[in-house]
Formats: sequence, C-alpha cells, structure tokens
Amino acid sequence: MKDFWKRFRYNRGAVIGLFILAFVIATAILAPVLFPQSPWKMVQRPFLPPFTQDGLMLGTDALGRDVMAGLAHGAYVSLLVGLVSTIVALAIGVPVGALAGYFAGRTDDALMRFTEFFQTIPSFALAIVLLAIFQPSLTFVIIAISIVSWPPVARLVRGEVLSLRTREFVEAATLSGLGNTQIILRHILPNALPPIIVLASLMVAQAILLESSLSFLGLGDPNIMSWGYMIGAARTVIRTAWWLSFLPGMAILLTVLALNLIGEGLNDALNPRLTRKSE
Amino acid sequence: MLKPINLAAALLALSLASPLAAQDGEPQSGGTLNVVIQPEPPSLMLGLVQNGPTQMVGGDIYESLLRYDFDLKPEGQLAESWEISEDGKTYTFKLRQGVTFHDGTPFTSADVEFSMDKFLRESHSRMRTYMEHVESIETPDEHTVVFNLKQPFGPFIGIFEPGTAPMIPKHIYEGTDFATNEANNTPIGTGPFKFDKWEKGSFIHLVKNEDYYMEGKPYVNEVYYHVIPDAASRAVAYETGKVDVLPGGSVENFDVSRIQAMENTCITDKGWEYFGPLSWMWVNMNNKPLDDVNVRRAIMHAVDRNFAKDALWNGLGKVATGPFTSSTRFWDGDTPDISYDPEKAKALLADSSYNGEKIRILGLPYGETWQRWAEAVKQNLSEIGMDTEIVPSDVAGWNQKISDRDFDLAFTYLYQYGDPALGVSRSYMGSNAAPGSPWNNVANYQNPETDKMFEEAALMANPDDRKAAYKTIQDQIVSDVPNIWLLELGFPTIYRCNIKNPVNTAFGVNDGFRDVWIDTK
Repeated sequence: MKDFWKRFRYNRGAVIGLFILAFVIATAILAPVLFPQSPWKMVQRPFLPPFTQDGLMLGTDALGRDVMAGLAHGAYVSLLVGLVSTIVALAIGVPVGALAGYFAGRTDDALMRFTEFFQTIPSFALAIVLLAIFQPSLTFVIIAISIVSWPPVARLVRGEVLSLRTREFVEAATLSGLGNTQIILRHILPNALPPIIVLASLMVAQAILLESSLSFLGLGDPNIMSWGYMIGAARTVIRTAWWLSFLPGMAILLTVLALNLIGEGLNDALNPRLTRKSE
Repeated sequence: MLKPINLAAALLALSLASPLAAQDGEPQSGGTLNVVIQPEPPSLMLGLVQNGPTQMVGGDIYESLLRYDFDLKPEGQLAESWEISEDGKTYTFKLRQGVTFHDGTPFTSADVEFSMDKFLRESHSRMRTYMEHVESIETPDEHTVVFNLKQPFGPFIGIFEPGTAPMIPKHIYEGTDFATNEANNTPIGTGPFKFDKWEKGSFIHLVKNEDYYMEGKPYVNEVYYHVIPDAASRAVAYETGKVDVLPGGSVENFDVSRIQAMENTCITDKGWEYFGPLSWMWVNMNNKPLDDVNVRRAIMHAVDRNFAKDALWNGLGKVATGPFTSSTRFWDGDTPDISYDPEKAKALLADSSYNGEKIRILGLPYGETWQRWAEAVKQNLSEIGMDTEIVPSDVAGWNQKISDRDFDLAFTYLYQYGDPALGVSRSYMGSNAAPGSPWNNVANYQNPETDKMFEEAALMANPDDRKAAYKTIQDQIVSDVPNIWLLELGFPTIYRCNIKNPVNTAFGVNDGFRDVWIDTK
C-alpha cells in the first residue's frame, strides 16, 4: 500500500486530479448544506452576470435560478450517475468477460458474439434510442449508460482471464481440487484487478460525459438539475449569456480531466513494470 | 463581451417602437418585401388548406368580403357595405364594383355564392359548421348577396376573412374536382398580389396585381417568402438583411431581445386579435385531488404569470383573466380574482383535500420557452407545498397523453377565432369532453348551467344580450377554475422600421400586404 501511494504520488498530474476530484466530491456532499434551497428556486431577476450580486457569486440563469447552487447540486447528480452506472456496467461486464475467458470455446464464442452485438452499435446512438423508448428518468439514464458501457469491460476481462488461466498457480489450484467458481473469484480475478480499476476510473469520466450529452439533448431527467441540463438550457442564449454554458462546461471538463489523470496515476501505480525507472 | 439582457430597457424600447407609427409620411410605391415563411406551406390554395403558412401567403392572393380591425370591427374589403336585419337572420352584402380576378374575369355575386355554398362547404371543415346556420343564399343582382339564416347566429359577421371565407373563382372551379384541379398550383384570387413562382424548399414569389381595384395599391412591386427551416438561421437571415419581416413565432423568444436591439428594428405584438392565442394548463378533473375546487384555486394563485411573461416571453402578451382572450368579443375584465398570491394559495391548499399526492405536469414540447415554463410552474407549486414532477414528451406523445387524459396538469394554447361561440365554448362544454381528442374539453369540466348558457348565447340576436350571457359564463367558469389560465400569448412580428404598415388588421401579416410600403428616405 505504501509502495502504491509512492508510485501514485510520483505522477504529479494524478495528484492534481485527486485534489480536483476531492473538491468535486466535497461539493456534491455539502451541496444540501451550502445551498439548502432547491437549485430550481427562482431567487433573483434572470440573467444576472457572475460577480455582480452578493450571495449570487456566479449569477442567475434564464429563470433567475442561482447558477452556483445548480453547479453544486449538479455535481452530486454527475458523480452519482458516473459511479452507479460504472458499478452496474462492471457488474455486467466482469462476469461476462470472466466466463468467456475462463471457459473459452463455445461459451466464449456465444458471449463474445453477444458482446459484439452491443459494440457494433455506436454507444451514444444506442443510449439515445434506449431513452427515447423509456421515459427519461434518472434511473433509466443510469441503465442506458450502463448498457452501452459494459462491452469494453467484458473484452478487457476476457483478455486478462485468457492469459491468466494457463498460469501455473491456476493449474495448481485446479490440481488441489478447487471448483471453477473458487478459482475465478479467488485466484484469477484478483490478479486481473489492476487494469479493471484503471478502466473503471475512465468509465466514470465517460459516463459523466454521456449523461451531460444526453441532458444537453433534452433526454435527461427533467426533474433533476445536472450540468448537461444547464448547458442544454443555456445554449439558446449563448450569444447573450455565454457564461451560463461556460460554467457548467468547465465543471464537466475539470471533473472528466481529473478522473482521466487519476486513471493514469492508477495505471502507473498498479503496473510497476511500466513505471519510469528514474528513481 | 456581450451585454446582459436588461428587461426593463427591452420593455422601454418596445413601448417606444410604436407599431402604429405607420401613418407618417406619404406612401411610396416600389421595392421588394422579403418575408420569412415557416414552415413551408403544403399548398397556397386557401380554400383547400388553412394552416398558418398557407394563410400567410394566401392572404395576399385571396380576399374575403370583409376584414377586421384590431377591435374585430368589420371593414369593407370586397363588400362595400353590409346590413344585418333587426331579427339577426338576414345578412345583405353590397359588393364593390369593378373587381376582377387575376385572370381578368370580373368578380360577381355568383362567385360569392359558389365559394360559400359549394366550394368551402365541401373543403373547409370549420366553414362547414358555420354554414349549417345558413338556410339559403340569394343573389338578386351581380353585386348583391343575401344570406338567410335559420336562426340568429351572432358570430356570423366574424367569418368573412380570407382564412375562413376566401373568394374562389367560380369560372375555374365549377364542375371540377376541387382537390385535384390543376389551377391549385397557380392560385387565382382577387388579392393585391399575384402568384408568380414557387421554388420548393427555397422561396415563393408574388408580384404586384397591376389591376388591383384600390387606387395606387399595393405599393410594393413584389414579395418574396423565404423558406428557412431552422429558427437560428431565420434570426441570422434577419441580421444579415436577407429578410426584412419576421412573422410571429419565426424566432425563439430568447432571440427576440437580441434582434429587437438592432438598429431600424420595430416589433409589434398586434395582429393576433382574431386568433387570440390563449395559453393555459388543463387540469385533469378526473383525477383526485384535482376534482377539488380548492386545490385548483390554490394552483391558480400559486402560478406567477407575470414572471413568466417577463422572463420567458420578453414582456409580450398579457396575463389572462379567464377563459376569454381580451381581444375576443364579449371579453369581461371584471372576473373573480385569480392573481398571483402564494399566501392565499397556501391557505386554500390547507383547506383542501390535497394530501401530498404527486402532481404530474405535462409540458408543451414546442421548444425551450415552454420547457422553461413548465420548470417555473413546478417551482411555483413546490413553494406552496405541492409535490410535482415534469413528464417529458415529444409532440406525438403529448397528443397521445392529452387524448388519453394521462396527465394531471398539461400546458396547451388554443386560438379563439374572435368569438366565444367559435373558439371558447368548445373547451368548456360538458358534451364535448369525450377522451380521444386533444382539442376538446380535455379537463372534463361539467357544468350544465354554463353549457346551457353557451348554447343560448351563440344564437342570441342582440349583441347586448350575448354580452350579458357571456359575462355570467365567465364569472362562473373563473370561480370553478377548470383550467389554469396563463397568458394571452404575444407572438411578436419583427420588421425593419422603414417598412410601413406590415400589421394593420386583427390578422396581422396573414391579411396580406395591401397597405405596406417601404420608406427609402
């Protein structure tokens, strides 16, 4: 663990990413305390520019709603969608990949063809179709994002498992009479974990972007304040009130950047062989 | 750096740019008028198709016997004078002399009879219901037409406008299949402009009718209607000078304030008096707790309509007083108070059968303005302690949900056609409440008393009697709050200030550019 942190810290970008993410998480958690009023509440006259009114540091939007409150509450939604949909995608992708890789042969063929079926459809288009069919609510947004983002997990896990299953320690486990489930869960998957963790951190970023894009197109939950919604609602007034699109855009950019930096740092830390040898 | 919108300044600019400053100076002849048309009309044959864009272009080509000023008072167009008998059953029109169709054939009383009795009765559904009141049409001479009604029908004097009763040339259509007649592609009327060319997907070109019966009119030589399918591009087309007139609804509300700040730009919300578009939320009275009048009253007082007007509609339009638009005949401003009053709303809600049920709000899927409006209403209602949820939908889904009565509150807006018997009663008559249509009495308002009065008022001969009846109806309906009336919508027409008179009747740009002239000084 100490080694891990040392290697992670060596990547300066990752540390910065971690700070940004910590800030975003803190904002999301503290949003109900800092802005106890609903972010939908119309508090002042519309289109107040930032830094012109005490108490409304980032101004107001087209309906006079506090942009700062919107950003804080939006952070919670973005992180929630990012995390939950990633967990769901892992819950689908990891078992599929592990089974395919471990059993190989027919099982592998069947599961991989099924995976490819999802991979051949552009993920964003598929998400739009799914949401057009279902009602756009937060639950369905998360489901749609999970459905389009599990195939890469399955492929990665399958690759890792394929290469691990022929190793000596797996053969030893088999010889000692362990069942398939035990071998997969206790011996193979723990060794396949590092690349999965790195991928997961990038998937959170991807999911936040997807949610924002969907909300931007008006396919998000209309009852929930999210960054994508804020940009979508502001795009018609971009020539008169550019900051209404710019501020949530920056929030998305920084959060996604932070997650990517962290992903890189994790990669360095978890794959010691790849780390720079300059110490 | 762009300046933030200053609502107050925008409103001031609006009041300064008087739309009626049209009388200044002597009219000049010449010039070209470039207008936006949205969407592209399916046909220009106004007798067959009556959607918005067809009315706009068709209003230059076709005319009717009358036109109506901003107060819906009739003025002569093809009719020189008219008379309504004492008992309200006989309408006599004297036609103008020397009027010809675009192909040179004289316009006579036979054309009026043919249009009203044959053509429109067959092809115009709204007209068909009006004509049911007509017993017979007589044409004693070439320039006199007499309508004999079965019983008095007050709204009758209000139907002689081009979109409702266009005059169709008898010599072209008699004995043919109206819908497939080749002449539909080259429409011929008596109007100030003649059809020249239609480049599908690009523009419609009309030229001046040199033989028009009004001395010196029309003033402009030609009119181009430009087809531009995207709202942002339409705004840009005005900014770059490609078009000079943006009819109501051409650009997003959010763009209006930017465009109206441009130099030489005037804006008016007049020209919608006949249609009188009124927006409201249907309240689904089949659902509990919305069948409780106190819940409905609470909602009515909770919704901040002035805010919506200023923030979403650029201050255009008016806060509604009830089921009638103020430009509709027999409107009464003195109805029970329904103004914004959250404290009163809270008190009413506390007194009601509301128990924290989730109220579903169905927004109108017509773009950003309506979406924001639903959000504002949701917020208004949450402030008096109601739990609400916005249900997203597209146009087809909206139609379906309204038809199936699958909503609690639903945004809509409807036209009133100048008279309560034509455009108001349909939304409140108990007999007109069957599910399956998004345009009838969707709220399922059942009040035998107002039903009876609506029926009687339509057939009263004396306008004063009608006024009294409609006054009672309005008071009753407003105190029952079957709908949450929002705004009389203002659809602004934006134009260059040197274009004079683009809007001078209750139909706005739909009434043709007969009186328009361009000031080049």
